[in-house]
Amino acid sequence: MDLRSRSEDNLQVVSVHDARIDAAVAIEFKDAMRASTDGGSETVILDLSEVQFIDSSGLGAIVAAMKNMGQARTLALAGLTPTVDKVFRLTRMDSVFPVFPTLDGALTELRA
Amino acid sequence: MKESVMSFVSQMPDIRVCVQSSELAVRAALKELLAGLGPLDLDVEEIGTVELVMAEALNNIVEHAYPEGDPAGPINIACKHATDGLHLTVIDEGRGMPNGRTPLGQAANLDVDFCDIPEGGFGWFLIKDLAKDVTYQRIAPQNRLTLRLAVAMA
Repeated sequence: MDLRSRSEDNLQVVSVHDARIDAAVAIEFKDAMRASTDGGSETVILDLSEVQFIDSSGLGAIVAAMKNMGQARTLALAGLTPTVDKVFRLTRMDSVFPVFPTLDGALTELRA
Repeated sequence: MKESVMSFVSQMPDIRVCVQSSELAVRAALKELLAGLGPLDLDVEEIGTVELVMAEALNNIVEHAYPEGDPAGPINIACKHATDGLHLTVIDEGRGMPNGRTPLGQAANLDVDFCDIPEGGFGWFLIKDLAKDVTYQRIAPQNRLTLRLAVAMA
């Protein structure tokens, strides 16, 4: 699982450089997110623009990553491609996370 | 008019995909299935529906029909294109569903405390939300799941 993390002002951006977050990599993703976000900034943007597909295990792993960060911090999602967006919409998990169509949009909004 | 419908349906030969159960087999099976659907020229929304429903169905088989510790076994997928969409059959020879039926697949309750936000239980909800005519039969030693996806309809 290729996650790359960088800081922008007071924000941390974690970009997923894989096309799929599915059952085969869900645990690996969860562990990699924990390593990336532990002790990090209060707000983390998960850039999903390269991810073409997630299944329910991938969705569960993203929820687990948010819960691991704790309630005092925010995990925002950016750059959802059509099928990823569909999974969040159908399960109504788009109401649990702040969701932004693009990374730039998320950065503009969350920097303020 | 009828002729054009028939020719549209016949553009895609029936698809058969056979894999041995494993997490990575799910990816391989989905790839092969989607490649077989190529002639239908599905849009991104329709491809998403097929891939999502079938990923959930196959993941369930890998996790629950052939759980860790049990020997792996075959998963056979058949797909036919008809005027009312894609008819899919998935057969495995693993453990049967508890109580002989599929889970209800109800939407998760999100009106809960932070620590209780669900991390699972979305699979059958997605299958039942996106697929039509879902049936499950245990005819030992086989589990037989059939469903229809209302995509590529004439």
